[in-house]
Amino acid sequence: MRLDVNGDPRDLDDGTSLATMIEQLAGSTRGSAVVVDGEVVPRSEWASYPLRPGQSVELITAVQGG
Amino acid sequence: MDDPFVIAGVELSSRLILGTGGAPSIQIVDEALAASQTAMCTVAMRRVDPGISGSILDVLDRRGVRVLPNTAGCRTAAEAVRTAHLAREALETDWLKLEVIADERTLLPDPIELLDAAQTLVAQGFHVLPYTNDDPILARRLQQAGCVAVMPLGSPIGTGLGIGNPHNIELIVGEAEVPVILDAGIGTASDAAFAMELGCDGVLLASAVTRAQNPAQMAAAMAAAVIAGRLARLAGRIPRRHHAHASSPTEGMAVF
Repeated sequence: MRLDVNGDPRDLDDGTSLATMIEQLAGSTRGSAVVVDGEVVPRSEWASYPLRPGQSVELITAVQGG
Repeated sequence: MDDPFVIAGVELSSRLILGTGGAPSIQIVDEALAASQTAMCTVAMRRVDPGISGSILDVLDRRGVRVLPNTAGCRTAAEAVRTAHLAREALETDWLKLEVIADERTLLPDPIELLDAAQTLVAQGFHVLPYTNDDPILARRLQQAGCVAVMPLGSPIGTGLGIGNPHNIELIVGEAEVPVILDAGIGTASDAAFAMELGCDGVLLASAVTRAQNPAQMAAAMAAAVIAGRLARLAGRIPRRHHAHASSPTEGMAVF
């Protein structure tokens, strides 16, 4: 299935959970936050959250900053 | 000397708060952290870049440094509130350096949006540390809104121009009931010492260290300056005089 992740199209296996996608892209779920179609998804829902084709995902983490 | 630095009931072991932005590598941040002996560092929230290995969070964890997420880059209260929620979700802290800037050229806070965001976030349970203009009345309003500290700028972010209006900083300190942290504009160690001499409770700086030719050495200088300025403030400086005042005895001079 194809989704939009941080502004780029990305193909993921059908049924991939949010937690799996975050681990694949960010290396771990630590320090990450995620917005799906404009809504912040709480960490407690990541493992069971089913991604669907066409969704828009913003994957955010902490970086160096003032 | 018992002189604890406490924000929202949490005691921090250093009055120097370090921003981690502007350093060419995480390794340099790590060295600067060690030299600064800071207890809290700011981070920004940005899109994950799968090409980057190593996280600033690992460095902060290893050094036992508390993380303070910011809302850098936000232009409106609504943007800042959304970013705050992302930060709370990502970092599992409700502490926030609230930054709502007006434009890229000055990076000055937009006071209307800042106060609006502060009121919203306090109501949502955040511990808000707002980066604010050196305006005593805005600082007062931010305190009234329930912010746990106020962080007036010395001069615009990244300029290194030092403290442009020390009189305003003194006015803010004079009526503050929460810690006052001088944030932005520090260029070198004497600026940090001056902030503390004016009565600020702490100093937050990034570029002065991360963009110094030797960041770790400058971090050590800032740590010493903050301690020196604090001690001088507590010691009570002599009043300024217009005429000389001899420190050697004026009596008992030899007669030739």
